[in-house]
Amino acid sequence: MLFAFDLSLESQQGFDAVVDMFENSFFAKLITWGLVSCLLYHLFAGVKHLIMDCGYCEELESGTLAAKVTLGAGVAAVILSGVWVW
Amino acid sequence: MVTNVTTITSFGRSGLYDWMIQRATAVVLLVYTLFILGYVFFNPDMDYLQWRALFDQTWVRVFSLLALLSVGAHAWIGLWSVSTDYIKPTGPRFLFQVICGTAMFAFLVWGVQVLWGL
Repeated sequence: MLFAFDLSLESQQGFDAVVDMFENSFFAKLITWGLVSCLLYHLFAGVKHLIMDCGYCEELESGTLAAKVTLGAGVAAVILSGVWVW
Repeated sequence: MVTNVTTITSFGRSGLYDWMIQRATAVVLLVYTLFILGYVFFNPDMDYLQWRALFDQTWVRVFSLLALLSVGAHAWIGLWSVSTDYIKPTGPRFLFQVICGTAMFAFLVWGVQVLWGL
């Protein structure tokens, strides 16, 4: 991703190369989709932890609910980023 | 059990310091991720000039550097906890941490070069 970032800022040609890569290269799409999905899931789980640090969702019921919400958001992220990338 | 070898490889002096840095960097990365993903999502047909202009602004470069450093600290603390949990023998664990550290250093230098080496 850093490679794409570096290339995209380097020059007009670099930028076009990156755009082309994201549109046509199966490999780049797979990596991007995987990375974005993992990042978003990690992000949601992290937010859940921050919430728990504030003292919420620490009992059995609320904790389980928070976990399910996080998983749900994660699944949604995989699907949405998939639609976005493909 | 946290032995002296484990302690010296941790990010901060104390577990509490690591805990705090982990949360602080997480918030920075949360905001940065939303910023970048939001920008790319809401500018689907942006051209090179617009993308370049975004990163020509000093505040975006500084924010990106902050995010880059945050990734370093966040990842180090995270991976340190993972490695001390799962890689019990000291030798392989230390090797794992050196590899992670070197990779992080490389990404950091590369990132700074991209941001300011333009």
